[in-house]
Amino acid sequence: MQRIIKDDQVIDESWHLLPRNVTLDELTNSDDLIVPFQLWLEHAHALKARDGGLGVWLDADEAVEEIANDLQHFQVIALNFPVFTDGRHYSSARLLRERYGYKGEIRAIGDVLRDQLFYMRRCGFDAFAVRPDRDPYDALQGLKDFSVTYQAATDEPLPLFRRRQA
Amino acid sequence: MYVYDQYDQHIIEDRVHQFRDQIRRYLAGELTDAELLPLRLQNGLYIQRYAPMLRIAVPYGLMSSTQIRKLAEITRNYDKGYAHISTRTNVQLNWPELEDVPDILAELATVQMHAIQTSGNCIRNTTTDQFAGVAKDELVDPRPWCEIIRQWSTFHPEFAFLPRKFKIAVNGAVSDRAAIEVHDIGLEAVQNDVGELGFRVSVGGGLGRTPIVGSFINEFLPWQHLLTYLDAILRVYNRYGRRDNKFKARIKILVKALTPEVFAERVQAEWEYLKDGPNTLNDAEVERVSKFFVDPAYKALEDQSAALAQLDTEHPGFARWRQRNVVAHKKPGYAAVTLSLKSTGVAPGDVTDKQLDTIADLADRYSFGEVRNSHEQNMILADVEQSRLFELWHELRELGVATPNIGLLTDIICCPGGDFCSLANAKSIPIAEAIQRRFEDLDYLFDIGDLDLNISGCMNACGHHHVGHIGILGVDKKGAEFYQVSLGGSSGRNASLGQILGPSFAQDVMPDVIEKIIDVYVEQRTEDEQFLDTYRRIGIDPFKERVYAANH
Repeated sequence: MQRIIKDDQVIDESWHLLPRNVTLDELTNSDDLIVPFQLWLEHAHALKARDGGLGVWLDADEAVEEIANDLQHFQVIALNFPVFTDGRHYSSARLLRERYGYKGEIRAIGDVLRDQLFYMRRCGFDAFAVRPDRDPYDALQGLKDFSVTYQAATDEPLPLFRRRQA
Repeated sequence: MYVYDQYDQHIIEDRVHQFRDQIRRYLAGELTDAELLPLRLQNGLYIQRYAPMLRIAVPYGLMSSTQIRKLAEITRNYDKGYAHISTRTNVQLNWPELEDVPDILAELATVQMHAIQTSGNCIRNTTTDQFAGVAKDELVDPRPWCEIIRQWSTFHPEFAFLPRKFKIAVNGAVSDRAAIEVHDIGLEAVQNDVGELGFRVSVGGGLGRTPIVGSFINEFLPWQHLLTYLDAILRVYNRYGRRDNKFKARIKILVKALTPEVFAERVQAEWEYLKDGPNTLNDAEVERVSKFFVDPAYKALEDQSAALAQLDTEHPGFARWRQRNVVAHKKPGYAAVTLSLKSTGVAPGDVTDKQLDTIADLADRYSFGEVRNSHEQNMILADVEQSRLFELWHELRELGVATPNIGLLTDIICCPGGDFCSLANAKSIPIAEAIQRRFEDLDYLFDIGDLDLNISGCMNACGHHHVGHIGILGVDKKGAEFYQVSLGGSSGRNASLGQILGPSFAQDVMPDVIEKIIDVYVEQRTEDEQFLDTYRRIGIDPFKERVYAANH
């Protein structure tokens, strides 16, 4: 079973991340599922009628605006990083939190490694499915990289210049 | 200059620990080469042709004598005793050992220096006018704004993995010495009709493979909104800039594809959400940062025009140096002095550890302990008393940095080229040297007058060849090194890009080619007309005819 980082702890994964080409009739009724965005687009009604938990995952070129009106249906929104250096979903996560007020889990999936985690958390991610060939306990260290930050972000409402004390 | 408080210091020390651990994991086999790559680049570390290259940040080109002494010490202890000033006003070491880099960073942190974001697809070092704060034609001191941008951009969590590198420059003077129109974002500090401060904002300028002059998308952005507006631009770019092809990934391609008007609308739409949010700047912060850039303790002096003119007549060498390397200062009795790192036989922008130590001493004795780097790869003592210029000139000559060629043909901007850089198609340093040797006669050089000659060893354009009045680009032709020449580029206000003269040339004929171009100019110019103006008046054809005629 894969283990993920959630709220700064390593926990057992209980959600099933479904591949891009999954079809509606392959889905179980009661499992907790993270479905690809396209499936949600085509079968939102059926997906909402299931008993199990529902999450959706967006690839790096899929925009959060597309699900902005549906956020109440998702317990998890997973954002995929096709490569370590793809930065688009840092913006996506901030938009979900700061513009659309999403309060559920935002999970980083894909090429997710220790050295992204600090930035990701600042942008509103609270769960990290670290690449399976890497130790999530080691990755956890990445959340402690910096003790001071200049910018306001999802994790810190004020920029340093509004917090500085001489 | 800006001095770190506990917060700033904490951040760079955290970075040293983080990078030390990244290198440890790499050496232990926990990170692959490919995984280390983006991490080391964001810390200025390249793996080059012969050795790693470490690019140390010099925010907006400003350094204290203490920092320069530390750089001298580092080049001595960890490198081969010299450093290189880059066209982003940073300092590069060409020969550090990978294993030593964490220690070098720890040393730098003791003098409030670092290598953060000097490479990689992130927001790079913000640059400005090398005469910021002292220029006679300055309207607004850009340095506090550069520092505010530095802090905003340092480890910005949303913009660490942009489609491509991102460069911001700020100008606050009548002349644009910061080349803002060839930056991803160019900011010009301006005042509106009622004296309020704001910025004109240019986006999508840049050199490299597809050189483009930027487009102004906002004519007056009130200063309070600077950071939220930058956030909006960067967010639009981060989300919609191309990532499928690194040669089309700069913001200029996005701006061009959308058109500047549509890009501006996108930014405006994004900004509507961010405007007046917590990143909105306030008086307290601007005042806090501005305090670090108030005038030093200038004496009440008078201009020394008569005395200097007298010295000029007695010492023609001094007169020449003053004409080219000394510029007027906003304070009477003071002058800004450029140290030429362009003496023939030395790679443009290179400076030895001993020179750095002496420059630090000179800064303490002549210029309030501060030095600036220019994007033309020279160093500047910005606050020298005019009455001490003659004395300083002697010391600078002794040091080998008094070549009176600032702004002349031999003040060549030049990338490290094929001698060091693994991206280069061709060498650039030997071309620079051959041209410098051809134009060694100072009377002739002075007669030619203002001329920017820029050399890049490949189309990444680190030597800014597109904006040289004469630009030289190293190209690979079936495995041999050739050089393409362009004319008419300019990085100043109303920037322009050079036009290619024609087929490229072999290395050994390059001095001849440049000489022919200069001959055409000298024959065709009207009195006092500079090279660029003659070129703009007569066009490229007369140059083309002369240069290629000889090939028949």
